[in-house]
Amino acid sequence: MTDNKPLLEIQGIGKAFGGVQALEDVEFHLEKASINGLIGPNGAGKTTLFNVITGIFPPDSGQIRFAGKSIQALEVHERVRTGIARTFQNVELFESMSVLENILVGMYTRTRSGMIESILRLAHTRREEKQARDRAMELLEFVGLQDYAHQKSSDLPFGWQRLVELARALAAEPRLLLLDEPAAGLNISETNQLGDLILEICSRGITILLVEHDMSLTMSISDQIVVLDQGKKIAEGPPRDIQANEAVVEAYLGKGKN
Amino acid sequence: MQDKSTYILYTIFTLGICLLGWSIDNSYYLQLLIFIGLNTLLALSLNMLMGYAGQISLGHAAFYGIGAYVTAVLTTTYQVPPLLALPAAVGAAMLIAWIVGMPTLRLSGYYLGMGTLGFGMIVHIVFREWSSVTGGASGFVGIPPLEIGSLSFTSDKAYFFLVWIVVLLVIIMCRRIIDSRVGRALRSIHDGEKAAAAVGVDTRTLKLQVFVLSAGIAALAGFLYAHLIYFISPGTFGFMASIRIVTMVVIGGMASVWGALFGASLLTLLPEWLHAFSEFEMVVYGLILMTVMIFMPRGLTRGLLDIYQRYRKHHDR
Repeated sequence: MTDNKPLLEIQGIGKAFGGVQALEDVEFHLEKASINGLIGPNGAGKTTLFNVITGIFPPDSGQIRFAGKSIQALEVHERVRTGIARTFQNVELFESMSVLENILVGMYTRTRSGMIESILRLAHTRREEKQARDRAMELLEFVGLQDYAHQKSSDLPFGWQRLVELARALAAEPRLLLLDEPAAGLNISETNQLGDLILEICSRGITILLVEHDMSLTMSISDQIVVLDQGKKIAEGPPRDIQANEAVVEAYLGKGKN
Repeated sequence: MQDKSTYILYTIFTLGICLLGWSIDNSYYLQLLIFIGLNTLLALSLNMLMGYAGQISLGHAAFYGIGAYVTAVLTTTYQVPPLLALPAAVGAAMLIAWIVGMPTLRLSGYYLGMGTLGFGMIVHIVFREWSSVTGGASGFVGIPPLEIGSLSFTSDKAYFFLVWIVVLLVIIMCRRIIDSRVGRALRSIHDGEKAAAAVGVDTRTLKLQVFVLSAGIAALAGFLYAHLIYFISPGTFGFMASIRIVTMVVIGGMASVWGALFGASLLTLLPEWLHAFSEFEMVVYGLILMTVMIFMPRGLTRGLLDIYQRYRKHHDR
């Protein structure tokens, strides 16, 4: 059966910007319903790898396979449809819209009504809209923000905006969720809440790839860690092994970081 | 959710139209109101593209002109009944928008502005130079009045009601689109194209769709214009006309259906009021626009709302 196959396979990915080799022969895979930490010093190529996986730019070499199929030819929005959702390092909510509307946009790939249907507002269009709103409220409840559904998203505190973005990504019903520094700017209790949410999301069968500088969070929730340094994978394994890995310690200390 | 207040607004709007229509008999005022209606249609059309999807068009008068010329040629030269010419005029503009939009909407920001500017100029030149069909620079004369069955829209009053019913329908249509799956996706493009794509919005297809829709509404205005005036000439649909539409949207307030109405009214009425300044008319006109933009950069509608809210806050204390 295909059940044992990894969800995401990264094979020999290379990417250069001008003369800078941002990624070099990066290779790993993600098991289904697992939490995977992607760590490395600043400039290691983590965000570049996210952008390659989500299709923002193509890799110079290598292949990405998702659920057994190559996704090379798919555009950004098509990859969301196949089941890859993401959040951004700097939170990119739609600021002119309410919290609820942000989640509803997240459902774009899972709803169908087109422009003409929206003008006519026939029964099935209204039903779809109603279902979408109910589902969006469920997702807001999941992150604990149901009481703020009608607030403008830009009026929420930063930590909550991160949760809205998480709910928006879940609205696309992904099989793979990429989180780009989800704990940045959060306080300790918010970070703990985030950790619980991520575990809960994973328990629903969603695979998570997490870029995070908060080591205690990453190490405590990840099943598997991949370490990048200067565009190359230098280690891979369970958190315990990674913490003891000499190359990893060197990469971090060599950069003057903790 | 906001359905109730929306219906109240529609009702007020409808009552307003009826009240104005029945009480005004002066043909000058009726004509002015008809022009406000046509300009509202144009502003609504561009507002969908600029205000909601965040794409600029500096050649929008071209679609207005295509709507007017297609119906002029069909109803006059080929004796097609206006009711059949209407879908042809709107359809032609939409088809051309689709063809032009395919490559141009890959551009963004200033480049899209330049692309649409060029398109507007080409269309204007075609109107002027293709004399055998369009009548050239001296214009196209003898366009028949609108007659639908036994209804004939020859009086100013009848035309007033026709235009404003169309405006109401287009407003309802726009608001329905905005508050739907597609509309939210459009607004997401405006807020951040990168993030919109990252949540699965097919930005290119959607931009093309709204461009085509927008062209259709502009052509509808052109159709109504041609059968109102019975005479059209290229000058009406040139670069300055495109800029005027942009100004209406910006002054009224982007991303607001009622802002489009407001902007169109102001820009139609202002030149009439400013006749008193005779040769200084354009100077005063420019100054007013500058003042609005400096003190109310989000447009008049939002600007006045902000002032009202500040006033209320001040008094509540």
